Amino acid sequence: MRRLLQIELFKIFKRPRTYIAFGAIASIVLLIQIALKYDGKSYIDLLLNNLKDSFDFTDDFKSKLLNGYLICFIILNTLLIQMPLLVALIAGDSIAGEANMGTLRLSLTKPISRTQYMLVKFSASVIYTIALLICMAILALLGSVLIFGTNDMVVLRSEGIEQIKSFDVVWRYICAFGYAAVALTTVSALSFLLSVFAENAIGPIIATMSIVIVFTILSEMNIPIYDNTIKPYLFTTHMVAWKGFFYVKADAEGTTINGSIENLPAIIRSLSILLIYIILFFGSAVWVFRKKDILS
Amino acid sequence: MAAVIQVRNISKKFREVKAVDNLSFSVESGQVYGFLGQNGAGKSTTIRMLLTLIKPTSGEIEIFGMNLLKHRKEILRQVGAIIERPDLYKYLSALENLRIFAAMSGIKIPEKKLIEQLAKVGLAERIHSKVKTYSQGMKQRLGIAIALVHDPSLIILDEPTNGLDPQGIADIRHLILHLSKDLGKTLLISSHLLSEMELIADSMLIIDKGRKIVEGKVNELFDPAETVVELKTTDDTSAFEQLQQSFLNRYEIEKRNDCITLKLHRNEVPLVMKEIVQMNIDVISFYSKHSLEDYFLSLTTGQSYAEAITN
Repeated sequence: MRRLLQIELFKIFKRPRTYIAFGAIASIVLLIQIALKYDGKSYIDLLLNNLKDSFDFTDDFKSKLLNGYLICFIILNTLLIQMPLLVALIAGDSIAGEANMGTLRLSLTKPISRTQYMLVKFSASVIYTIALLICMAILALLGSVLIFGTNDMVVLRSEGIEQIKSFDVVWRYICAFGYAAVALTTVSALSFLLSVFAENAIGPIIATMSIVIVFTILSEMNIPIYDNTIKPYLFTTHMVAWKGFFYVKADAEGTTINGSIENLPAIIRSLSILLIYIILFFGSAVWVFRKKDILS
Repeated sequence: MAAVIQVRNISKKFREVKAVDNLSFSVESGQVYGFLGQNGAGKSTTIRMLLTLIKPTSGEIEIFGMNLLKHRKEILRQVGAIIERPDLYKYLSALENLRIFAAMSGIKIPEKKLIEQLAKVGLAERIHSKVKTYSQGMKQRLGIAIALVHDPSLIILDEPTNGLDPQGIADIRHLILHLSKDLGKTLLISSHLLSEMELIADSMLIIDKGRKIVEGKVNELFDPAETVVELKTTDDTSAFEQLQQSFLNRYEIEKRNDCITLKLHRNEVPLVMKEIVQMNIDVISFYSKHSLEDYFLSLTTGQSYAEAITN
């Protein structure tokens, strides 16, 4: 199994197209960092525009606000919406791409069970997703901290702002990236399932993105009838729950409590739903693939 | 001799289409077994069933005396195959492709042996070149190296000479004979190149529309002395009438689209030729060929070989 996984990763990382995603992430992170380095003040003014009537922000406060932790939060907010496409590029290609190349039939004449084959393929997609997130973490968090330095992190919420002490931030990012890995694995599992039905990678990639877009729109729509009927069951609703790690509890005086999470049960619930989706998508993919006649 | 492959009453239905219909055959150890049939006859479907790529709708397959579906891994460890065309990872080199499929076969093969394997199929100079730069013939040879790298005892080749030039076809023929005669491997080969099959196969199965037409040893199925003469004249219609009225009418004479055929013994060819000249028939060409092609086609569609390949 380990040998097969090594082979799979070798095949993925030998393809030039694999690096498109890494290149795309590196470019966008760098562009955001450059823009904020040279025009961060305007961005912060824009960000605080809605709150200027309720709070009096000093210039010193504003300059402290623009630190590596906030920049990383901004980058995550922007990129985690686009990343499903990058993940689908590999997961959607895993079975359909092999069918398209004609290598699927040769691979399946080898003494490997189809379940084992699927496990290896999916594991490789998950490792690729994690590699992508690690790359993003290094560039977005480490890069931003090196460029902008560290300070307390301010999170803007609809009901106001909250300040997280700088020493209380890093573990939240570790949790957020871990959660993002599960969220993106859900997209990967969906794309992987669709890949079983196709003989060309384009179909599963487009289908995955279409589903993610439609579900995201439904998740974001403020229509009361959907709030309790559809939204809680859409995986896209739960993909953004990583932000929960940056929502902290406050004491009676309104001071944030270090090391706290405002609604941990909600995060665990969202995480569980994503895990159920992963099992459902992957399980269905294996079930279909085991029965499938290989005609490619 | 023990049967390496034993197929019993397998059928495969794709919705309403029966691709393979109640097919049974057996391949003995050490044989080169030819699998013949026109396009769409069900050869590839059968081969895919033998390799577990397609599940039979009904019937049973035993390989090495074991049930294929129950002992899939054990069986496939001893099988090497090429199905239709050897599609490989084009962005990888020949050596990388071979390394991948060798590892998937479940055995550790030293790098030196992999390189030797590539040298055996004539790819020594190009082991590090990406497969996308390979010609069809080179890909075919790499496919064969992959099929043989784990030293299987049963080799299944689906149209192994597809896309090869005459030299390539001859190379494959020699390789097949070497694997069978010198190394004692069992080979199941499907091909539409009937003349090639005749040169290498010990036994043969002909199928049409998914059904078995005939199975047996090549030397029992075909009389090597039997010949079909293809005669082309300036006026085939009147020549055909003349032949039917002559003493040559004791042979099987048939008028086809662009020629007249006579089925006869090889020793009788000079006599018939002399007779035709004496009948003042204006001959354009006189071609004597083995009857296998006609035998095959008469069993399947009834078309002449020439008709079949031009249609």
